[in-house]
Amino acid sequence: MKGFKLSPAARREENWGWIMVAPTIIGLIVLNLWPFVQTIYTSFCEHLGFGHYKFVGLANYAEIFQTPEFWKATWNTILFCILTVPLGLFLSLLVAMLLNAKIKFKGGFRTIFFLPMVCAPAAVTMVWRWIFNGEYGILNQVLGAHVGWITDARFVMIACAVVAIWSNIGYDAVLLLAGLQTIPKTLYEANSIDGAGKVKQFFTITLPMVSPTLFVVMIMRLMSAVKVYDLIYMMVEETNPAVTSVQSLMYLFYRESFIAGSRGTGSAIVIWTVLLIGMITVIQFYGQKKWVNYDV
Amino acid sequence: MKNRSLEASQKRMTVLTYTALIIGAILMIFPFVWMILTSLKTVPESMQVPPTIFPKEMITTNFGDAMKSLPFLKLYLNTGLMILFRVICAVAFSSMAGYAFAMLNFRGKKLLFGIVLVQMSLPSQIFIIPQYQMVAKMGLANTIFALVFPGIVSAFGVFFLRQTYMGIPKEIGEAAYLDGCNQWQTFYKVMFPLTGTSVAALTIFTAVFAYSDLMWPLVVNSDLNMMTLSSGLATLRGQFTTNFPVLMAGSLLAMLPMVILYLIFQRQFIEGIATTGGK
Repeated sequence: MKGFKLSPAARREENWGWIMVAPTIIGLIVLNLWPFVQTIYTSFCEHLGFGHYKFVGLANYAEIFQTPEFWKATWNTILFCILTVPLGLFLSLLVAMLLNAKIKFKGGFRTIFFLPMVCAPAAVTMVWRWIFNGEYGILNQVLGAHVGWITDARFVMIACAVVAIWSNIGYDAVLLLAGLQTIPKTLYEANSIDGAGKVKQFFTITLPMVSPTLFVVMIMRLMSAVKVYDLIYMMVEETNPAVTSVQSLMYLFYRESFIAGSRGTGSAIVIWTVLLIGMITVIQFYGQKKWVNYDV
Repeated sequence: MKNRSLEASQKRMTVLTYTALIIGAILMIFPFVWMILTSLKTVPESMQVPPTIFPKEMITTNFGDAMKSLPFLKLYLNTGLMILFRVICAVAFSSMAGYAFAMLNFRGKKLLFGIVLVQMSLPSQIFIIPQYQMVAKMGLANTIFALVFPGIVSAFGVFFLRQTYMGIPKEIGEAAYLDGCNQWQTFYKVMFPLTGTSVAALTIFTAVFAYSDLMWPLVVNSDLNMMTLSSGLATLRGQFTTNFPVLMAGSLLAMLPMVILYLIFQRQFIEGIATTGGK
């Protein structure tokens, strides 16, 4: 079948195939593939301004690896993942299980939990800044405290994590609910005749059966947590003294590339982030064998 | 006897479920309610200790002030046009490519689909500096085109619609082909109309994603009149650091169109985003 002996019909089919993927492929090459190569190259260059570059080898990497702010941003990104992903998944699974019970107003609850998903992070973080405001914020007033949630280096990460979890619960719960609904009811019925308690049921039936969905949601959540930018940028502006305690790699990338104009170091930071994502992916795919159950 | 205790425990379970859901729903909805209430207060009242829950004197001037500091009509228009063009491009190009990758045989198919997968697995920030340089070099910064630019093709859309086309039996296409349709007609007249649900899901996904995006519009359009709702709000944040009623009013104005659409098309939104989930 290879090459030259194609029938006219097969040749026409091939031509149509090429024509129909052409806009996408040309677009991907111009908009993504070539920029990807350029970013790798730029990470070895110094930006001289006006789009002119000088090759400097590994100097950008050497520079960022010696900057405490860079390591702090790397740690902040990892900490953000640790704070938001496990707790967020736990709460989303809880919400999904509650919504999976026989209840009224299921649709209404789902609508409310899902609402943050359709609101731009730029808009919802605004009200969270107000809730967390150190002087007049409702949270401090209710707690009778004077915590600078957004200005104190010790608390600012927690505040951002709360907003992130709140924003994503509904979305993750909807995905997990779909996973829960595929579990056959008969499994639970057989189990309750055996007299197993709810907690035991959760660990012997629900968790193993929903683990493939949970894994997909976890990967998705981890990937977006590593790339977090908008939420932290909106919560903590650059002039806030607490910014170094919370800025993620992508926030640092934005400041380096577009505020400071050092596109070389900016590119090196983004390449580093891609390596980090790669590492996390590899760990996940080895780790999943231990807990994800595919023999359903 | 045993039966009754089982019934009682079931009732307890139901009460517990509702309690947990109602508490959760209150926590989810509170920020929105607080946003609305604050947007109707005067600045001194918003800073009162202890705080008032409902505004003592309701004012709507905060909305006017927000609209004076940000050209909201322009922002709606820019955001709307960006979403419109991105959706049209994503649906048109992804449908064509998705169909070809799923249904047609051509040389280089695997390699070309590999490009799609590579794009999907890389974070969008890796493309942003060169994309910005391209737009700047073309002299097209601060235009609608610049806002649309990175969304002209959607690798995710191709991947997603390919899945959809793979779920359609090949016989349908073959029947149309035997009836004398060429490949394009088969795709356009027979197959594409069958993908309505997926196209709706991709539309919603693309729209919500574009509307939420912050870094690209901030980078590429610095002129206030060419900003999107998201990047406009980021500048409003810098303008009014302590005037929270105006900030709340501005945020509400920015959220309103999407929330209204969501409330009308709830099912499509939730199912659409749930089926496109994973990105």
